[in-house]
Amino acid sequence: MHDTQALFDYTLGLADDSLVLGQRISEWCSHAPFLEEDVALANVALDYIGRARMFFGYAAELDGAGRDEDALAYLRDCRQYRNLLILELPRGDFAFSTARQFLVDAFQLPFLEALCASRDPQLAAIAGKAVKESRYHYRRSRDWILRLGDGTAESHRRLQSALEEIWGYTHEMFRAGAAEQGLVEAGIAPDRIALRSRWDALVTPVLEEATLTRPPDTWSVDGGRDGIHTEHLGHLLAELQFLQRSYPGLQW
Amino acid sequence: MVSFPIPNPEKMGSDPIYSRIPLVEAELAADRASQSDPALAWLWSLLEQVRDPEIPVLSVRELGVLRALESTASGLRVMITPTWSGCPAMHTIEQDIRAVLEAAGVAPVTVSMRLAPAWTTDWITPGARESLRRYGVAPPAMTSPDAGAADPAPACPQCGSTATRCISEFGSTACKSLWQCRDCSEPFDAFKRL
Ligand SMILES: [Zn+2]
Repeated sequence: MHDTQALFDYTLGLADDSLVLGQRISEWCSHAPFLEEDVALANVALDYIGRARMFFGYAAELDGAGRDEDALAYLRDCRQYRNLLILELPRGDFAFSTARQFLVDAFQLPFLEALCASRDPQLAAIAGKAVKESRYHYRRSRDWILRLGDGTAESHRRLQSALEEIWGYTHEMFRAGAAEQGLVEAGIAPDRIALRSRWDALVTPVLEEATLTRPPDTWSVDGGRDGIHTEHLGHLLAELQFLQRSYPGLQW
Repeated sequence: MVSFPIPNPEKMGSDPIYSRIPLVEAELAADRASQSDPALAWLWSLLEQVRDPEIPVLSVRELGVLRALESTASGLRVMITPTWSGCPAMHTIEQDIRAVLEAAGVAPVTVSMRLAPAWTTDWITPGARESLRRYGVAPPAMTSPDAGAADPAPACPQCGSTATRCISEFGSTACKSLWQCRDCSEPFDAFKRL
């Protein structure tokens, strides 16, 4: 059995994941290598912010403290954010953002497919919408991996070093705490550990085709789900939350 | 009036006919019943005024966003469904629906957002596909059972040529991709199938 608190925490974690990544991608607006890519990144950022709104909206319904989606997004501090660390890392250069996006898209696809079968109808409904968009995301980021990895010596070097820098953060995508494990047993949450082979199948052949070397699994970092973040999240939230912090209750 | 039977899930397991005939989901069957209900016809035609803010040649009904109307004891309930998750037009659409109904004296009105079944471009009506083409946007292909497959190359909405190339799968809005015609050289937006 599960309790509402566990379902709330789980939904909030998914909302934080989507918002933090959406915010990171949106930082590329007007900085992308060319116009079409600028538009593409803005589109992907909007998809993530859209799904963040759906998850936050549902979390607000479950919240015992009666907060709405804006309060959940704008009025929690770093230690209360539950996103995975890989999503909060600074955008870096285009190779770094591309590497992250590819590794995350390759996770989102099987994760959302599995979440479509959740016994929780609202989570299943959100996943049913989001998974269709993630198919477009994955195709785009896979194409970029091939283009940069098998591109010039410079693009190959940058992408390879981005993969090495980020690899240790990928493992957190496949970990679940005790509360989430309870939801797995209740048929509500997908089993993250079981998703690893699907992820591998979406990642490894593409890296090979792109003449890149899959980094070894020699280190890993986690803590995001417990609110233990890198120093970067605070800066992200400062920008994201500035208006609501300075002008509480402000509306557009 | 055409009526659509609502499938009984309990019967589906035992009755062999259901393994051969593709079923309409219960929600969609109810949507169609609402769309063809004579008592609601005037409201449906009234709401034809509500257009997609970004593609004004389409009404939100033709786009498949306006799903159902339900006249209840506590007023009119309007069911809409979002297109892409991040589509910023949804808020405007909701406001426009309220404004049109209010101007016609329909009150009270509740607008509900339904997520499942998820919106698909297959719901865009044949007439709307033709409007899109005339507007210069290639209409979406029908969805494929192979969900991961790339969209097929659309015909150029200007000259009809099928020699077109994809410039970006992400166009001016989330729902469109950007293409170029190899024959007349025109760049154009194509509606992505979803
Ligand atoms: Zn042409």
